[in-house]
Amino acid sequence: MIGRIVQYGILSIATLFFLLPVYLVIVTALKEPAAISLEGTWQPPERWYWESFAQAWTAFLPKLQNSFLLTISATILLALLGSLNGYVLAKWRFPGANIIFPLMLFGMFIPYQAVLIPLFQFIREIGLGGSLWGLVLVHVVYGLPITTLIFRNYYAEIPEEMIEAGRIDGAGFFGIYSRIVFPLSLPGFVVVIIWQFTQIWNEFLFAVTLVSSPANQPITVALAQLAGGEAVKWNLPMAGALLAALPTLLVYIFLGRYFIRGLLAGSVKG
Amino acid sequence: MRWLRNKDSLYGFLVILPSLVLLAVFVYGFIFQTFYISLTDWGKDPAQALSANPQIRFIGFENYRELFTGFIDSRFRQDLFNTFFFTLFFVLGCLGVGLGLAILLDQGPKGEGFFRTIFLFPMSLSFIVTGTIWRWMLQPQGGVNQLPTLVGLPKGEFAWLTSRQQIWQVSWNDVPFITALLVGLVLVLITLSAFRRGEQRRGYIALGSATLLLLWAFTLGRSLQLPYEELHGFNLALIGIILAAVWQMSGYTMALYLAGLRGIPEELREAARVDGASEWQLYWRVILPQLAPITLSAMMILGHISLKIFDLVFAMAGADNAPTDVPALLMYLTTFRANQIAKGAAIAMILLLLVAAVIVPYLYRQLKSEVRR
Repeated sequence: MIGRIVQYGILSIATLFFLLPVYLVIVTALKEPAAISLEGTWQPPERWYWESFAQAWTAFLPKLQNSFLLTISATILLALLGSLNGYVLAKWRFPGANIIFPLMLFGMFIPYQAVLIPLFQFIREIGLGGSLWGLVLVHVVYGLPITTLIFRNYYAEIPEEMIEAGRIDGAGFFGIYSRIVFPLSLPGFVVVIIWQFTQIWNEFLFAVTLVSSPANQPITVALAQLAGGEAVKWNLPMAGALLAALPTLLVYIFLGRYFIRGLLAGSVKG
Repeated sequence: MRWLRNKDSLYGFLVILPSLVLLAVFVYGFIFQTFYISLTDWGKDPAQALSANPQIRFIGFENYRELFTGFIDSRFRQDLFNTFFFTLFFVLGCLGVGLGLAILLDQGPKGEGFFRTIFLFPMSLSFIVTGTIWRWMLQPQGGVNQLPTLVGLPKGEFAWLTSRQQIWQVSWNDVPFITALLVGLVLVLITLSAFRRGEQRRGYIALGSATLLLLWAFTLGRSLQLPYEELHGFNLALIGIILAAVWQMSGYTMALYLAGLRGIPEELREAARVDGASEWQLYWRVILPQLAPITLSAMMILGHISLKIFDLVFAMAGADNAPTDVPALLMYLTTFRANQIAKGAAIAMILLLLVAAVIVPYLYRQLKSEVRR
């Protein structure tokens, strides 16, 4: 009995710790700028003030559009490439694959600072400097290891006999992919798309260094700039933070199971 | 049949080839280029830094020498301390909170799914969002410091992110000695565990490296590098960042541990209970040892994340707040704000080495266990 009380007690305290920032964001975003004070941080708003959301929405709408364009195009490309790569690595082991695969995986752990200077020059030289498409290219390239890994592990579960059966039916490399492997891939695609969507939406380092023109900024850069300015009242950054968090949060709430699979795919096998 | 299979293998190779070429260029090619830049003086002369065709001279390891012993680069050395303490407490915090929550949820309380969703939701947020929120949480005159007043206590006085306090100061001149001592100690531990498990070859290699390292530490390791005493320590301003980072990432360790706990067969628990083990002993003696591989993986993953931490600090404390600076951020400032491109490249290479020291053993371990299966 006492054990149960302690158990629920600790769980409640933990819940409080995790939800306290959420309460503060919502409360602050709903206050009138004049009603926000440091002493009254935790007090609920006396009357609900939705204006901050309208303001944040107008200011952030172009940035949200940029983020959606960037995230969706990079994610679709990555899912297709990752699926094909994973298929090759899982079912058509070519000589040297055992050396190439770890070298490939290393690419997803590096601190991107170690490639940033040549990358910056390269993007500028090919004429994509400051544009969103340069950023799409960068996300596709550095997303290849993780998407390949997820698909490879997923396809490893497809029994060899099915591949062999396709081969006996006369299907070749592409036939086996389109008739046997691809139709089984839906859960794999869901995991990869959700994971990459979250990662690219939330990314900041590439966005802040490679996109110079404010018109092309993704939401994370715009939010960091808004909140970094000392003069602003806190209602606006908080409303902006909610807007920036909403897409990935909704994905997490409705497709949490797949989100967790993506989360664990990068760390433990199987 | 055989030629057909070969043709298909060729198709496979051709399909994956573009990805491999891209990664070879964008990862390894660019790393090599960064390394080369770090050996030049690009950016030393401000007039050359931004010109279309900069005059660059090869100067060897001069940038690295300056970072570790040069007078003006003491900020980098403090940043190394910051990363060390940040990593230490962030990893410990995530492991502790994550394990605690996982054990509680493993008991199957009512509303388990609800709790799990709550503890894991920060993982779906951007570090920029988290940083923005926690920046407001940690305002010295408001936020968390005002919480005690809600129950009638005096308000907290800690300045959080702007605190200038530093504790556990160490002279930079002692750092090589202390580092060698600590690494040597770890190697000795590896030696012992290797011999206990009967892995002779591994044991002798670890023993040899430990001896060499400790020998170096006690002979040359104490030869001074700076003509003056330079003190670095743990900046208390980092506590706030660590708090926010643990808030965001401990759900991840919880998910890892929960998956691990669910994987432990019920028979094992039953057997321990039949043997008369108390619930406490069950966890301490039976279950925790089973979770050791997960702990090691989590340490490596979290460790490399914390070495790379950039956006959280940027959003929480701003890029220019020296007490909370880290090498990943300093590289950005040095390269893109101060245009000291070669020095930024050198910082990036040091960062890469630190991350590689964590990730290469991790990959080796993961892929080795995969082959065994």
